[in-house]
Amino acid sequence: MAFESLAERLQDTLKKIRGKGKVSEQDVKEMMREVRLALLEADVNFKVVKQFIANVKEKALGQEVMKSLTPGQQVIKVVNEELTALMGGEQSKIAVASKPPTVVMMVGLQGAGKTTTTAKLANHLRKKHNRNPILVAADIYRPAAIKQLETLGKQLNMPVFSLGDQVSPVEIAKQAIERAKEEHHDYVLIDTAGRLHIDEELMDELQQVKEVAKPDEILLVVDAMTGQDAVNVAESFHEQLDVSGVVLTKLDGDTRGGAALSVKAVTNTPIKFAGMGEKIDQLEPFHPERMASRILGMGDVLTLIEKA
Amino acid sequence: EKTRDSFAGKMNDLVYKYRSVDEDFFEELEEILIGADVGVTTVMDLVEELKDEVRRQNIKDSKDIQPIISEKLAELLEKEGGETEVNLQPAGLSVILVVGVNGVGKTTSIGKLAHMYKQQGKKVILAAGDTFRAGAIEQLEVWGERAGVDVIKQSEGSDPAAVMFDAIQAAKSREADILICDTAGRLQNKVNLMKELEKVKRVISREIPGAPHEVLIALDATTGQNAMSQAKTFKETTDVTGIILTKLDGTAKGGIVLAIRHELDIPVKFVGLGEKIDDLQPFDSEQFVYGLFKDMVDEEEGRE
Ligand SMILES: Nc1nc2c(ncn2[C@@H]2O[C@H](COP(=O)(O)OP(=O)(O)OP(=O)(O)O)[C@@H](O)[C@H]2O)c(=O)[nH]1
Ligand SMILES: Nc1nc2c(ncn2[C@@H]2O[C@H](COP(=O)(O)OP(=O)(O)OP(=O)(O)O)[C@@H](O)[C@H]2O)c(=O)[nH]1
Ligand SMILES: [Mg+2]
Ligand SMILES: [Mg+2]
Repeated sequence: MAFESLAERLQDTLKKIRGKGKVSEQDVKEMMREVRLALLEADVNFKVVKQFIANVKEKALGQEVMKSLTPGQQVIKVVNEELTALMGGEQSKIAVASKPPTVVMMVGLQGAGKTTTTAKLANHLRKKHNRNPILVAADIYRPAAIKQLETLGKQLNMPVFSLGDQVSPVEIAKQAIERAKEEHHDYVLIDTAGRLHIDEELMDELQQVKEVAKPDEILLVVDAMTGQDAVNVAESFHEQLDVSGVVLTKLDGDTRGGAALSVKAVTNTPIKFAGMGEKIDQLEPFHPERMASRILGMGDVLTLIEKA
Repeated sequence: EKTRDSFAGKMNDLVYKYRSVDEDFFEELEEILIGADVGVTTVMDLVEELKDEVRRQNIKDSKDIQPIISEKLAELLEKEGGETEVNLQPAGLSVILVVGVNGVGKTTSIGKLAHMYKQQGKKVILAAGDTFRAGAIEQLEVWGERAGVDVIKQSEGSDPAAVMFDAIQAAKSREADILICDTAGRLQNKVNLMKELEKVKRVISREIPGAPHEVLIALDATTGQNAMSQAKTFKETTDVTGIILTKLDGTAKGGIVLAIRHELDIPVKFVGLGEKIDDLQPFDSEQFVYGLFKDMVDEEEGRE
């Protein structure tokens, strides 16, 4: 497979450097080439990669690194640290409104995992936070989208609010929140239809839903396998809706998930959850440092540093 | 007028920006292709080949490199003509199995295919082989209604291989021309789910020798390098014969199919261009290659 570990790729370069008392600018340049390749193969956007490499190069050519006894390993350490910092250091939690109910809107491209994540999030809120959510079926376009959410609601034994597919999502959201208040639900989770970020009409619809629902949290659901286009998608959704967090789905696959970095870089909003499977209990809090290692294929690299 | 709109014309616009073929030119070309998800290795190989060609032919003017770029890219995409053709039996039942990871557009594409063949006067039947995902059967039923074709189903949670068995019997007794089988989305690294898919295929082959006649993998154009791993694993388990490249109506370019073609030799047969029933088209490699450069050309025109 294309994804050799970064450690493997850096071996040769490292071998040359080891034993040398000093690292030349040329050595660092060669290492950066390998890091660049690893990031691109992991689907990190090429513009993000460019900026990242420039930053790391500057740090790596700095005094402490060049003077250290193990400059090669130091460079890798810098790469890992920078990447973790970019991914967003701390683990980030879901919003809570000062006055219930907390309203959460799920948005994203077609097939990203919004509906499944809506159900998973409801399950998470009940299990881990002792909450009592209501699910809202506001996707009136996709065939059987309402049925899908209702089936998931049944599995969870949780109420699903629906007005069928002949009522506008704006009206559905409005009535759902009224219902939530009446029935004392503390979370309202609104599932919306998948849409392209360039579809003006449908993006406009989301803005209208936002206006009415006044969500405390807008979660952009992103497929972890997304390629270079992740930046355009995230940038555009963020610009139009001001999203407050990201959920990265399908991380149970073998993708390196570089999209995570791209999305973080352009929206500067935290990635809050990771989807780890199709079942409703397969949602986990997101760990930035683990993701940084995954993007680079860093497991081995870190051991390498520790040994040094 | 016509030539200007054609792919070659657009490529001319592109290379016009750079009068001379220098490092900047190649760097921008590299970025366009990587930005289109073509894949680093493929791009670097391609750029190397182009540089060699430039040296050999002593090319200085960017106009002279344009036909070479087109040729190299087209070479990657089509090795013989007529590849977008679907392998249908001249007489009797043809079976098409559709596979792929979660949420890429399998069920929607099946709805579109059913419509397309129905329009051509074929008798089509659909098999609701996704018995796992919530609402999957109902989703296919809606598509069946839209296309005006029958859907063979069992209840949620039943064995997909059993659904296929039923569907084949029904297709035979109703003298259908084409049976299109939906399957549940599965990530290629899930060994058990891939085994299940193998079994589904085995049942089909056992009931009809030579079937399935086509195994189409749906790949989402938004997917990056992982699409290669998807194509590879699904090819190993189900002998994929073609690709449906979905969601090309977005801003993603789906460039990874170049590498897939190159390394695994799987041709793209259809592209998905929207969520409506007629948003499916046979793959056109020129159109596709043009799409890779489209934004840049549009940008240039906007500036003029
Ligand atoms: N393996 C895996 N599959 C997932 C995950 N999240 C969602 N899926 C699957 O991805 C597919 C699409 O999920 P949906 O929840 O229907 O996606 P959506 O964004 O609501 O789709 P649209 O409403 O059509 O835009 C389904 O097959 C889900 O089971 C995940 O974390 N891991
Ligand atoms: N814009 C666009 N959306 C598409 C296209 N093809 C499918 N979709 C949408 O993508 C989403 C997922 O499509 P499905 O057909 O359910 O995908 P699937 O592969 O069957 O999904 P699972 O069965 O859950 O694995 C739906 O919202 C579709 O409407 C396309 O060509 N363009
Ligand atoms: Mg949905
Ligand atoms: Mg499906």
